[in-house]
Amino acid sequence: MSSTTAGTARRARGRGERSVGASILLHGTLLVAVVISLFPIVWLVLTSLKPRDGWLSTELQFFNQPSLDNYTRVLSETAFPTWLLNSVLAAALTMILGVFIASTTGYAISRFRFPGHRGVMWLLLITQMFPMAILIVPLYNLMASLGLLNQIPGLVIAYMTVAVPFCAWMMKSYFDSIPIEIDQAGLVDGLTPFGAFWRVILPLARPSLAVTAFYSFMTAWGEVAYATVFMSTEEKRTLGVGLQQFVGQHWSDWGLLTASAVLIAVPASIVFLLVQRHLVTGLTAGATKA
Amino acid sequence: MPTSTGRVTRATGGRAADGDATRGQGRSHRRGEPGRFRRSTGRHWYAWAMVTPVLIVVGVLVGWPLARGLYLSMTDATEATMGRTIGVNVIPSTYEFVGIDNYLAILTGGLFWQKLAWTVVWTVACVALHYGIGLGLALMLHRKLRFRSAYRLLLILPWAIPAFVSAFIWRYLYNSDYGVINGMLEAVGLGAVGWLNDPSTARIAVIAVNVWLGVPFMMVAMLGGLQAIPGELYEAAEVDGASPWQRFRHITLAGLRTVSSTVVLLGTIWTFNMFPVIFLISGGGPGSSTEILVTYAFREAFTGVRNYSGSAAWGVIILLVLILLALVYRRALRKQGEVW
Repeated sequence: MSSTTAGTARRARGRGERSVGASILLHGTLLVAVVISLFPIVWLVLTSLKPRDGWLSTELQFFNQPSLDNYTRVLSETAFPTWLLNSVLAAALTMILGVFIASTTGYAISRFRFPGHRGVMWLLLITQMFPMAILIVPLYNLMASLGLLNQIPGLVIAYMTVAVPFCAWMMKSYFDSIPIEIDQAGLVDGLTPFGAFWRVILPLARPSLAVTAFYSFMTAWGEVAYATVFMSTEEKRTLGVGLQQFVGQHWSDWGLLTASAVLIAVPASIVFLLVQRHLVTGLTAGATKA
Repeated sequence: MPTSTGRVTRATGGRAADGDATRGQGRSHRRGEPGRFRRSTGRHWYAWAMVTPVLIVVGVLVGWPLARGLYLSMTDATEATMGRTIGVNVIPSTYEFVGIDNYLAILTGGLFWQKLAWTVVWTVACVALHYGIGLGLALMLHRKLRFRSAYRLLLILPWAIPAFVSAFIWRYLYNSDYGVINGMLEAVGLGAVGWLNDPSTARIAVIAVNVWLGVPFMMVAMLGGLQAIPGELYEAAEVDGASPWQRFRHITLAGLRTVSSTVVLLGTIWTFNMFPVIFLISGGGPGSSTEILVTYAFREAFTGVRNYSGSAAWGVIILLVLILLALVYRRALRKQGEVW
């Protein structure tokens, strides 16, 4: 590795400064990326605001007699509110149980090297690989025999198969990024390993708990396969299942679909924005320096 | 520079192990040198107690269905032969054990290999684009930049929207008659394209959607990784006269390796098993050209005459493919000195 090619010549610009051209290029690229990421969402909102048959237009129109017609129809003429409630319940239960069950495991596999450590790591990894295709039939039969088909608890149980290993795995990597010196300080002060986890690490890991919780919420919120199969009656459907009806094989109403999509995306994005500031905060930056 | 790179890797890789060793010392000091055995059982007792809840959940909720799935895959269970309860009548199961017939049928038929090939193309294309674009955007956002948080927020948005909602949005955008993509093509004088009606455009279409969905996650993960790299390393390398490329290669990429290895593996698994995008956008069509292994297995199990055993066999094969992939991946990581 001949790394001394440039010698010790100082560069004219300091670090973090750049030329005007480079700035334009940088902002230009980012703007293009923003347009691509936003356009489908903007178009969704615009379509939902068009009148009842506004989506049946071959012309490109941004606005076309904006109205809330689609929204009132979704809320009053369809089972959308029920589906929404079902989805929130299923996702919230999955989130709470997942984080609650998984957090200690995440800590243990991050900090301790115990016999079976690698086995647990592999178990968690492999469980995440499980295609729902292999579990869905046995779970379906199991729920049928327990009478939990078409019930939200049954759906939550199915979601736990994904959420628990995922949460444990995710928290492990967050705990990894908290310096071990912090635990050691706690132990020196006379805490047990569990005490160190509970009183020192967990409070520090609140952002990562939030992220993990949020992520498991989103996974359950957006799940389609289990819900499609498990929830068969109209009033038990979750959003992912119910929306398929709006745009079926023989009849579709993209007005209803876009309006409900906006209604779903708004709370999801709000939760997201509340959590996103914790998504990357360099977790314990500075905690060990003092 | 090689030294600084080495330092980063060692710090991340060896932290937990070092910590354990020092913790052992700390405790033995306090308790006045207990025996090695007691010290180790004490430590392991905590570890196992903490791991137990997950082991129970995984054992019951995943282990049992898995065992049953394995068994079903070696039977001829279908909707017709599966026991069920209709009203007060309990119909017993009549399916029989058939050994590996289902597997043989799948592996010797052409359909499986065709689906596997497309699933591999789909996974590789999606993950490569996720990682490349995600890393590129993260590098840009990591600089000193005006409106940085605004950019970051707007770029994360596709991730904030549930995947099934995005799938519906895109299906509308791709709509051949009323979709905005065709609308724009026609506005500039190009003909409309039946995006989801032709196998090759449908494949491009679903990959595009999945890339749109998955980039923000990679971007955020990479950004987190970048922020964890100490700035002093760059300063030291610059003083030592490293070129920008060398700094990128030996500090940035090396520092991102732990994060990258995890997210690429996760991304691969998620994409391989990505159900909603395919199921909701193209429905596997036209024909079954965009059907990946998971959606196909789902269709086997829950459409027409429900072929439970065949679907379970597909599931087992998919799982084996993924485990094989993870093993190869781990071996590759281990060669680079990343061990777990």
